[in-house]
Amino acid sequence: MRVLVGVKRVVDYAVKVRVKPDKTGVITEGVQHSINPFDEIALEEAVKLKEKKAATEVVAFSMGGPKCQEVLRTALAKGADKAIHIEVPDADASKLEPLHVARALKKIIENDKFDAVFLGKQAIDDDANQTGSLIAGILDWPQALYASKVEPDGKYLKVTREIDGGLDTIKVSLPAVLSADLRLNEPRYATLPNIMKAKKKPLEKKSAKDLGIDVTPQTKVLEVSEPPVRQAGGFVDDVSALITKLKEKGFIKA
Amino acid sequence: MAASLARVATVPSSRSIPHIIYSDGHRQIQKSLSQLIEKEINVNVDEWERQSIFPAHTVFRKLGRLGVFGANKPTKYGGLGLDFSYSCAISETMGSIHCGAIPMAVSVQSDMATPALSLFGSEYLKNEFLTPSISGELVSCIAVSEPGAGSDVAGIKTFAHRNNGGDWVLNGHKMWITNGGQADWACVLANTNNEGGIHRNKSLFCVRLDSPGVHRNTSSIRKFGMHSSDTAEIFFDDVIVPSANLIGEEGRGFFYQMMQFQDERLVTVAVSLEPLQRCLDLTMEYTRERKSFGKSISDNQVVQFRLAEMKIELESLRALLYRAVTERIQGSDVTLLASMAKLKCGRLSREITDTCLQYHGGYGFTWDCPITRMHRDLRLFSIGAGTDEMMLSIVSRHLLSK
Ligand SMILES: Cc1cc2nc3c(=O)[nH]c(=O)nc-3n(C[C@H](O)[C@H](O)[C@H](O)COP(=O)(O)OP(=O)(O)OC[C@H]3O[C@@H](n4cnc5c(N)ncnc54)[C@H](O)[C@@H]3O)c2cc1C
Repeated sequence: MRVLVGVKRVVDYAVKVRVKPDKTGVITEGVQHSINPFDEIALEEAVKLKEKKAATEVVAFSMGGPKCQEVLRTALAKGADKAIHIEVPDADASKLEPLHVARALKKIIENDKFDAVFLGKQAIDDDANQTGSLIAGILDWPQALYASKVEPDGKYLKVTREIDGGLDTIKVSLPAVLSADLRLNEPRYATLPNIMKAKKKPLEKKSAKDLGIDVTPQTKVLEVSEPPVRQAGGFVDDVSALITKLKEKGFIKA
Repeated sequence: MAASLARVATVPSSRSIPHIIYSDGHRQIQKSLSQLIEKEINVNVDEWERQSIFPAHTVFRKLGRLGVFGANKPTKYGGLGLDFSYSCAISETMGSIHCGAIPMAVSVQSDMATPALSLFGSEYLKNEFLTPSISGELVSCIAVSEPGAGSDVAGIKTFAHRNNGGDWVLNGHKMWITNGGQADWACVLANTNNEGGIHRNKSLFCVRLDSPGVHRNTSSIRKFGMHSSDTAEIFFDDVIVPSANLIGEEGRGFFYQMMQFQDERLVTVAVSLEPLQRCLDLTMEYTRERKSFGKSISDNQVVQFRLAEMKIELESLRALLYRAVTERIQGSDVTLLASMAKLKCGRLSREITDTCLQYHGGYGFTWDCPITRMHRDLRLFSIGAGTDEMMLSIVSRHLLSK
């Protein structure tokens, strides 16, 4: 089984994001970026399958500006065998949409045989949660989204998914698309020797143009704004004081 | 102004201009290490500080698996086989641990107890002690100081003589030994002859601390700072040290130790940069938000100028360190540069933590304020790894011998 894993470069989860003064987006200049945490989980699962000999090769994929190579290098250090970077100019990177990424993935799969695409369930920057379903739709492959457990089973993957009120276990035939949920596994750290070795692993670079993918935006961001600042609260002595206050403010009927 | 002062040189990733000593490889290593620090170490630091000890074996095994102990050690022994700039990068990132004790414990193992072993130790010694220390299986310490000899290293009294079988019999009393309570082995400096004079009568040994005759005392030293650090007194009472455990040549110990000191001093400087920057960052944030007389504390020019000045000094220290590291990689003797940088590090550690504490007002005097731990911990940098006065005497000796 050859697995293609999507890794998106996003603002690190620990960074307190700030909106640009012109409200066109958030500040990304000089800000720490990392692999989208859900993609890291997807990658870990693929690498684990390889360690269990259930997968033969793990290829990491990223679409975006030149700096995506950083996250691809990290993916290589964490166990991917090779990496593919679909480069778009920095100015266009923030306008990429899930559909563009799904189209790029389709091109790669057309050129080279893969048995599975692993992705994070969503990216923590736009929280779109669409790429997995889109690529499954475009390729007409079965999908197993929000995986919390994956068991290879010959030509199938048995996948447990967390759903409201319980667990849903499904079996999808390969090739298939899988998206990782938070509790699927705990990603490893890239060890320093592996970081150094990853420098020698192949990283292929193609431009969106080379692949002939249309990346014309379909949506337009009108405005990005900060969430309203929370007002400081006040303390009350007891329940009756609370009720009096609530009545005063008109939150409950007198 | 506070925003523009912050983080001039510490921004990782996203930089387009090449760094003067760090490549993308350094950056990636630093990033992976900071992730481990955030998730596995920083969450426990407060508890370990309260308990006045951290579990060295557990923490070292995790760090060893990541590969932090052997940046510039040969790959044959599990190291990364890289140059000293990687040791420097790792130490800088160690500074993001929320206390001084753990970065110090780590640098003892990576750059204080092991450089001579790695350069001059026999194949047998390296397999026995270096490899398992790099992997984090063993915890090590460096035992030089004694109750009667700290600055005056040549004045140590610990002595080892050969017995009839050719092994060494070690007697002495070492003091202030970091990691000493939990360590599996010590790199010990001892006198081994009476003829050579104080600079040619010493040798370095790898000594197993479970050997008969080794006694340790960790309870009597109550420290001002570095609370979770394991500081011990070690007594050697007719301890048999196999002849194979001598590092390099007999009589060369003082020179080996002087060499080891340079790495020790450089990593000490590297470890100090992050916490000092953190002090400035926290103070800029606090003084911007805290109001008095109808404006932010940081609206006062006197505060702005002090912060600006300390930032300039910190960046100068960083530049001096990077220069020393560059010359170290090129093979030059960096005693002078390392001593200058170490002195500046000690001085700034006192100035920055004290001034930042001051700008926090009453809150700055509380146990909960993060500045106070840095104030206590970083105070050691004017004493450990050679005192400020020793750095000044090395620098003046160089000046006057010209
Ligand atoms: C927390 C901690 C951890 C330590 N860890 C280790 C360790 O792991 N291994 C190890 O071997 N040691 C360790 N040390 C010991 C440390 O290196 C010594 O404390 C230090 O070198 C100073 O030696 P001393 O304490 O004997 O002070 P002294 O040498 O007695 O000096 C006292 C004062 O006199 C000054 N002074 C001395 N001589 C002169 C002179 N000629 N001219 C002017 N001033 C002078 C000194 O600068 C200092 O200010 C540690 C110490 C501490 C506190």
